[in-house]
Amino acid sequence: MNAQTPNSFRNQPDERGHFGQFGGRYVAETLMPLILDLEQEYRKAKADPAFQAEFDDLLEHYVGRPSPLYFAPRLTEELGGAQVWFKRDELNHTGAHKINNCIGQILLAMRMGKTRIIAETGAGQHGVATATVCARFGLPCVIFMGATDVERQKPNVFRMKLLGAEVVPVTAGAGTLKDAMNEALRDWVANVHNTFYIIGTAAGPHPYPELVRDFQSVIGKEARAQMLNRIGRLPDLLVAAIGGGSNAIGLFHPFLDDASVKMLGVEAAGHGLDKEHAASLAGGRPGILHGNKTYLLQDEDGQITEGHSISAGLDYPGIGPEHSWLKEIGRVDYTSVTDKEALDGFQLLCRTEGIIPALEPAHAIAAVKKVAPTMGKDQIILANLCGRGDKDIFSVAEHLGVSL
Amino acid sequence: MSRLSNAFAKGRPALVTFVTGGDPTPDATASILDALVEGGADVIELGMPFTDPMADGPAIQLANLRSLGAGTKTADILRIASEFRARHPEVPLVLMGYANPMTIRGADWFAAECVKAGVDGVICVDIPPEEDPELGPALRTAGVSLIRLATPTTDHARLPAVLEGSSGFLYYVSVAGITGMQQAAQASIDEAVARIKASAAIPVAVGFGVRTPEQAEAIAKVADGVVVGSALVDLVAKHGADAAGPVKELTAALAAAVHSARKGAL
Ligand SMILES: Cc1ncc(COP(=O)(O)O)c(C=O)c1O
Repeated sequence: MNAQTPNSFRNQPDERGHFGQFGGRYVAETLMPLILDLEQEYRKAKADPAFQAEFDDLLEHYVGRPSPLYFAPRLTEELGGAQVWFKRDELNHTGAHKINNCIGQILLAMRMGKTRIIAETGAGQHGVATATVCARFGLPCVIFMGATDVERQKPNVFRMKLLGAEVVPVTAGAGTLKDAMNEALRDWVANVHNTFYIIGTAAGPHPYPELVRDFQSVIGKEARAQMLNRIGRLPDLLVAAIGGGSNAIGLFHPFLDDASVKMLGVEAAGHGLDKEHAASLAGGRPGILHGNKTYLLQDEDGQITEGHSISAGLDYPGIGPEHSWLKEIGRVDYTSVTDKEALDGFQLLCRTEGIIPALEPAHAIAAVKKVAPTMGKDQIILANLCGRGDKDIFSVAEHLGVSL
Repeated sequence: MSRLSNAFAKGRPALVTFVTGGDPTPDATASILDALVEGGADVIELGMPFTDPMADGPAIQLANLRSLGAGTKTADILRIASEFRARHPEVPLVLMGYANPMTIRGADWFAAECVKAGVDGVICVDIPPEEDPELGPALRTAGVSLIRLATPTTDHARLPAVLEGSSGFLYYVSVAGITGMQQAAQASIDEAVARIKASAAIPVAVGFGVRTPEQAEAIAKVADGVVVGSALVDLVAKHGADAAGPVKELTAALAAAVHSARKGAL
C-alpha cells in the first residue's frame, strides 16, 4: 500500500467528502442519515479483512479477475509510435468493469441489512451488472433507465429482465442517464428503510465517489503489478474513457503518486464541442447535481443541459468530483473525442486486434490513435478496455448504414 | 418582528402554500400568487424551477418542466418576487428550490437578490446542514431566513444540527418520500411534531401529501403551520393561465380549516 502522505494525490476526499472544492453531500434531509450510516459502515467494511477477503474471492471466482494485461502488436504497428497495451476489463463477467463496483456495493448492502436494491443505468452495463449481483445474492432489484436508452440498448434491457430485474423506463427529461438517476433518487428517498442504491459511477453524494473508486481501483492495482511483473517498469501514459469516471479513476488512482506516469481522461465530444456533446470538463462549469459539486453541462441559470454521445454510457452531463479536482490541480489531462472518431476507433480495434470494444472505450482508443504517433517507440501507453461491444453492434450497424 | 414571525403569531395555525414560479408562464404567476393571498394563505412559497427536481413527484416535476418550457429564467422568478412584494407589503414570501440555480452565480449574489426582491426566506432541498457553508452564511448575513427541512429520518441526535442556523420556521416533511405522495398517518405526524416542538424555538410547519381541508385541519391541531403544494399545482396544471379562480377557492377552504382547527379545543 502507498503511504498516505500529506503530499499524496491519493488521500482524498477529506472527512466531509470533499475533493478540494468538489464532491460533498448535497442531498435531501431524508437521505442524509442514511448517507452518514453508509459512510460509517463503509469505514468498518474497509477495515474488516473478512469483507476484503469476500470481495477478492468473488472477483476471482465469479468475475474472473485478474483481467489480462495485453500488448496490442498490430495496433501499435499501425499507429507507428508508442507501444499500446490494454487492461482487458471487457473480459469480466457481464462484459465491463461495472461488475467490480457492484460486487463491492452489494456486499455493503447486505452488511447494512438492506433487502432491496435499486440502480440507474445508461448503456445498461451497470444495470446488467447490478441485476447480476442481485440474482447471485437473491435480492430483488429495480433498474431505472431512461426511455431513450431502453430503446437504444435493447439487448441489455432483455438481459436485465432475464436476470430477474424489474426495468423501469424513465420518460422525464430526455429519457437518458441523468433522468434515470433522478428517478432512482426519488425511489430511494421513499424507501430508505429497506433499500440500497448501487450507484454505477464514481459520482453522487459522499461516500459514493470514494467507495466506487476504491472498488474499481482493483483495475489499476492489478495493472500496476502486472506491468512491473511483465516488463519491470510503469507505463508512460494511462488512457481511459469518462462517463461518470469510474473506470478511469479505477485505473488512475493507484498510479496517482507515480510522478512519471501521465494520465489522459477522454470525454465524449458527441457531434463536436461546439454542438451537442457530453464533455463536462471541456464544456461545463462547476455546479451541484445528484448529491455532489462537480463540473456540469448547464446554462447560465444553472439549468442542466442534456448531454449527447453515440455511447449511452458516456451520455451524462456531469463527471465524478475526483476528476474535477484532478483536472483543477493538473495531475490528469482531459481531452475529448467525437462520435465519429469513436466509431473509427471502434473499427480500428476490431480490425487490428480482433477485439470488438464497447463504444465507451472506443473513445479511449480514438484518443490513443491520436497520441501514440506523437510518442517514441520505447514509450508505453496503457488504455483501459473497460467494456466489450456486443451490446453496441446494433447501434454501430445503424451508424455505418448497415441493416441487420 | 419579521413578516415570517408575524405570520406564525396570529394566535392560530398558519397556512403555507406552494406553487412553481413561471407555471404555466412567467406572466401568469402573479394572478395565481394573488389568489393564494386572497384565499387566506399566510405564507407564500414560490418554487424556482429546475431541470432536475429530484425530491419532487410527478405533479411538481411537470410544473417545473412547464415553467422552463415557457422560458422562465431566474431573473423572471426574482421579478415575480419583487412585484409580489410591491403588491403585498406584509405577506411573507419564501423561495423554494434546488441548490444549483441558487448558487450558480455565488451565494452572495443570490442572497443580495433575495433582499432586493423582498424575499423573506429560502428553502433549499439539497443543501443539508453538512453543506451549510454553500448557502447558509450568505443568507444569514443578508438577513434572509434559511428554512430547513426535517424528515421522519431526522432522529433526535440529528435534530439540533438541523435547527442550528435555521430560522423563520422548520418545515417538517411528514413522509420519507417525494412531494405529492400519500400523506403520512396522522398519529405519526402528531408524535413527530410533539417531539420536534420540544426542541425547536421556531414554528413547525408540516407538509408533503396534504391535499384536503380535512387533512390540513387535523395537522393544524398539532402544528404551527400546514404546507400545501401539489394539490394547488394540480389546479394550475388543469386550468393553466385561468387557474386563479380555482386556486383561490381551494386556498380559502384550506385556510378556513387550518385557521379554525383549534377553535373550541380549549
Ligand atoms: C463499458 C463502459 N465503459 C464506460 C462507461 C462509463 O462509465 P464510467 O465513466 O463510470 O466508467 C460505461 C457506462 O455505462 C460502460 O458501460
